[in-house]
Amino acid sequence: MTELLTAALAGQRRALARVLSLVENGSEQSREWIALLYPHTGQAQIIGITGAPGSGKSTLVAQIAAEYRRRGLTVGIVAIDPSSPFSGGALLGDRIRMRALSGDPGVFIRSMATRGSLGGTARGTADVVMVLDACGYRRILIETVGAGQTEVDIARTAHTTLVIQAPDMGDEVQALKAGLLEIADILIVNKADQLGADRTVAILQAMLDLRDDPLAPTWRPPVLKTVAIAGQGTAEAVDAIERHVAYLAQSGRLRERQRARLANELQTLLREELLRRALAHIGSERYQALIERIISHETDPYSAAQELLREIQL
Amino acid sequence: MSDKRLRILIAKPGLDGHDRGAKVIARALRDAGMEVVYTGLRQTPEMIVEAALQEDVDAIGLSILSGAHMALVPRVLDLLKAQGMGEVQVFVGGIIPEEDAAALMEMGVRGIFGPGTPTDTASAFIRNSLSAPEQP
Repeated sequence: MTELLTAALAGQRRALARVLSLVENGSEQSREWIALLYPHTGQAQIIGITGAPGSGKSTLVAQIAAEYRRRGLTVGIVAIDPSSPFSGGALLGDRIRMRALSGDPGVFIRSMATRGSLGGTARGTADVVMVLDACGYRRILIETVGAGQTEVDIARTAHTTLVIQAPDMGDEVQALKAGLLEIADILIVNKADQLGADRTVAILQAMLDLRDDPLAPTWRPPVLKTVAIAGQGTAEAVDAIERHVAYLAQSGRLRERQRARLANELQTLLREELLRRALAHIGSERYQALIERIISHETDPYSAAQELLREIQL
Repeated sequence: MSDKRLRILIAKPGLDGHDRGAKVIARALRDAGMEVVYTGLRQTPEMIVEAALQEDVDAIGLSILSGAHMALVPRVLDLLKAQGMGEVQVFVGGIIPEEDAAALMEMGVRGIFGPGTPTDTASAFIRNSLSAPEQP
């Protein structure tokens, strides 16, 4: 089984695809693999691309990838689409816009379903990115699901986050709301050949003016116009990403972000493992019985949780 | 605690532009709980096999209405074998004359779904076929 891992690290694409599946599925051995791969990671720049459904994420991702290829860098793409809350199935359609990248051995595209995650990425996304990083892809583009206002998990996984807007998606107050716009390192107004693009740029700039503190100069997200379908503005977008990458390194923010990301990851793993062990300790019969008591109002959810915690001595 | 799901690539090789059938089956497989990678129109066999490789799919569904199935399907099968992906099952949907269907099955296609096949039938067939893979 480590043969597969060695083959993936040596650039064998079929082996890489296999490893990605096992890691995505969270199989037992994938934990050991992550441990083996981890020393090889840390070389890639991880770039998140998020925005509303239909704003042009897939098309822009394909264009950014092509631009990076022109600059001689290898590109991994992780494209995420939602799983059905009913059937658990998914229709992963992001590759449709990426056909121009076909046949290039310097590009590896992988589609992922969210499998119940609500934050815009999948639970396995960080691990899949880690594998691509270890296998030598230098720029990794993560395309989130079509995002609304609160799918902000991408900012924890990516070094640089691009938020894409289409023209005329809302007024000044929309731009002031908390959430998606706050996580942008770069703001893109795509479909900029359409009516209202300049107004959208102005609204976003005004939002940034209100946010900026002149006494604490930090990174001000550039607002760029693109027409992704025609390839317009993508070179400038890639320039902006690279400027942000340089800024992160110089300012020490990269370390800060890595610390936050890894702390978050460790916490997630701990939470899952603790829950698994706790439930195993309690036993499903006892657990179900307690749920019954809550249903019949003999106890309440908070007291029930405390009761269980006392039992496992936490 | 492995969370394995069936992954299927639905592709339209060749030049005909009628993708309604492909979309209907993609949707049906989605509703049957599978993860469907949909690649869209005008895919070459090379593009299809490359996508199948990167996505590590269990099966490929090809929708062909142009009449070019006797050229396109064997090419996909050959490329799969060349990549060491012979275990990836191939299904074909579309307008396939009976004598061609027999020849395609002979070449290794697992199932052929003509017009009017109920989507439940197709998804159940694919699921059964994938849960009982041929022993090498």
